[in-house]
Amino acid sequence: MKLFSLFWVFALLGLCAVGGGTAVLPEMQRMTVHDYHWITDNQFRSIYSIGQVAPGPNMLMVMLIGYKLAGFLGAFVVGIAFFVPDCVLTLFANRLWVHFAASPWRKAIQRGMAPVAIGLMLAGTMAIARLSVIDAVSGAIAIIVFAMLLWRHVNPALVIMVGGLIYLLSTRFHFA
Amino acid sequence: MSEPGTAAVTSTTEARPTLGHIFKIFLMAGAISFGGGVVAYLREYMVRSEGWLNDDEFLDALEISQTLPGLNSVNLSVVVGDRMRGVIGAAVAVAGMLLPGTLIVMTLGVLWEQQHQNILVKSFLIGVAAAAVGLLATVTVQLGHRQFTHWLDLSLLTATFVAVFFFHVSLVIVLLTIGPFAVWMYRPGSHHGEREVKLPHPHFHRRHELLRQ
Repeated sequence: MKLFSLFWVFALLGLCAVGGGTAVLPEMQRMTVHDYHWITDNQFRSIYSIGQVAPGPNMLMVMLIGYKLAGFLGAFVVGIAFFVPDCVLTLFANRLWVHFAASPWRKAIQRGMAPVAIGLMLAGTMAIARLSVIDAVSGAIAIIVFAMLLWRHVNPALVIMVGGLIYLLSTRFHFA
Repeated sequence: MSEPGTAAVTSTTEARPTLGHIFKIFLMAGAISFGGGVVAYLREYMVRSEGWLNDDEFLDALEISQTLPGLNSVNLSVVVGDRMRGVIGAAVAVAGMLLPGTLIVMTLGVLWEQQHQNILVKSFLIGVAAAAVGLLATVTVQLGHRQFTHWLDLSLLTATFVAVFFFHVSLVIVLLTIGPFAVWMYRPGSHHGEREVKLPHPHFHRRHELLRQ
């Protein structure tokens, strides 16, 4: 029954990911932490962070929610549920999209959905901020990374690792 | 269902790569794209090193991938794989792109499960999440700065954000209400649908491609 719930929840989340994975983070946190009590807020934060340090899409971390709950089978079910329905949808929609190349509705969909997608990304960013900006050091890390990346292009992987190391050192040596 | 997804790219289908080659290229993009940014790596391989698509074809494929639900990098793999080798090509592309990350995420996850009481691990992951907030905010601003300049876009953006973040409205409800309303406001022939779209500032445009999307 747990596997069935996992499948249903992540298939729904995948199909709602308008504008990318960040868009569904608030809903994912609400469903997995508050509705189903599969993981805690802190576990959600840790799992999200693990996704950040691995290559490929960061949202591969969803499989760890399945793993936490039902081992490797859980991870497999979540992986299938989150990725496969979207792939099938994209395959068919892309072929239709090409077919309707001349339709003016194409542009209407793109123009209309763009601000919705950005609103969802903003909500996703804030959902992670609420979990991870918990003191002065973590707040400073978030703000400095934001300012630095707007200023110039720095390898995001490097920034992420340095952020983790700075926070680790701050708790180790209590310099904050 | 086995014919390639579009007839418009005959130039690129002449030298169709083999399934093994598709798998290898997507596997490499999936393996080296640390810190997100898979789309930028895919572009590097698809356009620059393999020449499977030209820049315009890539941006068209990316546009479709961003509009449809799902991760942009996964959707892009489906679209490009389908163009190369149909359904099997799409499946091979997605599998290749996701395989390295899956193995690493699962390995790290198993280690974390054993070490999650470890204060060092816990602190490190808090710092990673905090840095990720800065990164997510950057990407949101870079992709969305166009939406901050017109009242209609800004209203749709704000309504979506407030509904999801403050009122915890179910995402399905938000997408089924604000979504169709937004598309209707931009319907063909309408005042907003005809409005000139300001081109992104070149400064932003250049960099949003480098970052993950």
